[in-house]
Amino acid sequence: MNKPSTKTPGLALPALHRREVLALGAGGILAASGLGARAQGKAPPPPPAKPSGQVVVGLSQEPTAFNPLMPGIEVDETVWMQVFNTMWLAQPDGSLVPDLAAEVPSEANGGISEGGLAWKVKLREGITWHDGAPFTAEDVKYTLELINAPGFKARTRVGHSLVKDIKVTGPLEISWRMEKAYAPYLALLSNTFIVPKHLLEKAADPNTAPFNGAPVGTGPFKWGTRTPGDNIQLVANEKYHGKGPYLEKAVLKYVPDQTALYAQFRTGQVDLIIGTGIPANFYAEAVKLPGRKVVKIPSASLEVLMPNLEHPALSDKAVRKALYASINKQAIIDIVFYGLHIPTESFMPQESWAYDPSLPKQSYDPALAGKILDDAGWKRSGSGVRMKNGVPLEFAVSTTTGAALREQCQQLMQQDWQQIGIKMAINNMPAAVIWGEFYTRSKFQSLLVGTAFRTVIDPDPAHRFGSDAIPAKSGNGANQMQWQNAEADALMKQGQETFDPEKRKAIYQKLQVLVREELPILPIYQYAPVEGYKEGLIGYLPNINARQNTWNMGQWYWAK
Amino acid sequence: MIAFLLRRLGQSLLLLLIVSVIGFAILHLAPGGPMSQFAAGGDMTQADLDRIAEQLGLNRPLPVQYVEWLWRMLSGDWGVSYRDQQPVLHIIASHIGATLELMLTSTLLAMLIGAWVGILGAIRRYSLFDSLATVGAMIALSIPTFWFGLVVIYVFSVGLGWLPSGNRYTMGDGSFLNQVHHLIGPCIVLALVSTAVWSRYMRSSMLEVVNQDYIRTARAKGVPERQILMRHALRNALLPMITITGLHVPTLLSGALVTETVFTWPGMGRLFLDSISYRDYPVVMGILMFTAVLVLMGSLLADLLYGVADPRISRSGR
Repeated sequence: MNKPSTKTPGLALPALHRREVLALGAGGILAASGLGARAQGKAPPPPPAKPSGQVVVGLSQEPTAFNPLMPGIEVDETVWMQVFNTMWLAQPDGSLVPDLAAEVPSEANGGISEGGLAWKVKLREGITWHDGAPFTAEDVKYTLELINAPGFKARTRVGHSLVKDIKVTGPLEISWRMEKAYAPYLALLSNTFIVPKHLLEKAADPNTAPFNGAPVGTGPFKWGTRTPGDNIQLVANEKYHGKGPYLEKAVLKYVPDQTALYAQFRTGQVDLIIGTGIPANFYAEAVKLPGRKVVKIPSASLEVLMPNLEHPALSDKAVRKALYASINKQAIIDIVFYGLHIPTESFMPQESWAYDPSLPKQSYDPALAGKILDDAGWKRSGSGVRMKNGVPLEFAVSTTTGAALREQCQQLMQQDWQQIGIKMAINNMPAAVIWGEFYTRSKFQSLLVGTAFRTVIDPDPAHRFGSDAIPAKSGNGANQMQWQNAEADALMKQGQETFDPEKRKAIYQKLQVLVREELPILPIYQYAPVEGYKEGLIGYLPNINARQNTWNMGQWYWAK
Repeated sequence: MIAFLLRRLGQSLLLLLIVSVIGFAILHLAPGGPMSQFAAGGDMTQADLDRIAEQLGLNRPLPVQYVEWLWRMLSGDWGVSYRDQQPVLHIIASHIGATLELMLTSTLLAMLIGAWVGILGAIRRYSLFDSLATVGAMIALSIPTFWFGLVVIYVFSVGLGWLPSGNRYTMGDGSFLNQVHHLIGPCIVLALVSTAVWSRYMRSSMLEVVNQDYIRTARAKGVPERQILMRHALRNALLPMITITGLHVPTLLSGALVTETVFTWPGMGRLFLDSISYRDYPVVMGILMFTAVLVLMGSLLADLLYGVADPRISRSGR
């Protein structure tokens, strides 16, 4: 399912860059999918017998939260993935592979029964915590209970709050019941790191346990040292239950400025850049760097124009259709974003198993947009701005201050919309302001935002699209555009209760058609961030289903 | 002397209280909040966000939050970072070494070069050297640090490959030489501006002194020029520098926001910037109070030293 290479040629790149970008891009993607060396006719050298060498991973945000159950942001997961394990792990193709569990429960193997209400998991034998204590089902029980413990600052209780009657039925066997059938829970558990009971239960308050500053897990790397504001050093766990680790040491290096990070990548002080990646404006230069591999990677994040559906003008579907028809997506991608990103019609990443490739393609057509507005009764007034029933067709688009490329994107939209009688204002704010109540309580008119509409790796978007998930109304969910649609609600409920992948796929494809028609979000493009690494690093493999591409760092090593 | 000290201490405490109220109010009333960083990702629901805000005590009225913070502060508890889950003092302590290393080096460099340029400029007033130094200082003062930092990286790191483009040391190599190598870039940038400042202060202070009557008297007595400069002029010209040094103490520990960011130097300046952008209230307040104490102590120290260095300004008479 991981096939970014099929998208690359579809981009109409500026003639000057097209050939070299395509050539390098394709090579990079081959290498990224682990095929690079083979495609060039040589197998990668075998990994070392004993962990050796170190890798320095450059990050533009600092990991600071080390208890994987507590509030954290994506970059914190770079640490969690090394130190801890989940019961199962999502692969680049979306399949789940057992990790701490012996097998992934399903209706077929009896792990999930009673229509999704009863769950049973067998765990893998012979796993130990970094301090030598054995890993058992008690640890899993403790983890699930801690998430729901009233005073504990759990990051999220989505899904977990449905779990009850957790029973340890053997040293390596656990079962629980769900309050209702909830298929996305399998995906949520692929991102729920298991913590050690024997260490955390000793703490008077797990919120402030010493563990949170020096975590102990079961993962391929052990916690080493941390220099706050600078780096975190992890060391190989030679007793790891999986493949690897092959590196003796892994350094997560924080470089706060993206340009400075790129400079350190150029001068070789960091071995790779992941996460926020290489800024788009350096892409063309970066692919030419000697001794470096620079790749466009698939990402589940979408750039969307998010209208507030309670806004008097934006609540009109005809207005949203007209806006969508007059966004010059290709110009935005090619001119503003250096041809990097991939235009999209769906809220679902194109690599997802539930993605519907047959959605109608948007094309830039201001004349059509004008006609839609005329037909819907939005007439031009004296000032040139359209009006309907006394409501002017004007609104603001907000995004994070200082995002220069997005600001250019806003200007392009503004120009296009002005020509068809839509007045758009730009109202940008700093990150800490815009993503506060302005966003969560739907105080915006519209936003230009990069976000995802799925539950971890599951296609379920109920917390983003459900009528009962509007934070400004019910205080819950993340449906900030305030979309309410009974048909969508019914489809999402059905999707959550269905475990059969084929049936679920049909449900989510119907939902994608509906969202494309109703336009509660105006999808612009799916992100294709640029990551880079030093030649000779083997094992780096972008995974759209992992939060960070350090997901398999235990299997990285240097070709000697 | 004791009375003076007590009075200054009393004033300082009052000032600290005012600083804390204003700082707390501005910080909390500014739009946005610590939950924004989590909301942007889209995978935490409003119920999760609200629960965590509640657990952090962010939903209570501001005066209540302030009094609680003040009370804890008075009992020595500086709070726990929202972002790091670590005690604030621990976080400050872990960043201060890097800042001290950078600021002490660059300040010493700037003081030495600045004093030398200033003195030479004063005794050879309107010479070619003086004019060049004046123009140079003006240019140095006008260059934005951010830009200059990037230029240094571009020229010496990316272009020539002589200097590392940032960091305090190479990962896996913490040797002294390696650290010195990493210090050069940010030191050049920081020292450039402060050298200009020091040289201007030194020059005007020196100029004031060399025109005094006692210098003329010394010359009339036939004291050698060198001795006039070192013993009579310089000693007196250095007096105002004590104040400037005292006021400079806080910068030694509070760091340089811009330079530390450009050169990825893990010091206090960057901690402050990061904490503000994440709205990590306990850490921002901690740094604010820490810096305020330093400012007050620095100026107190300068006043006391002044009295020691210049008997004319002795406190005992008051």
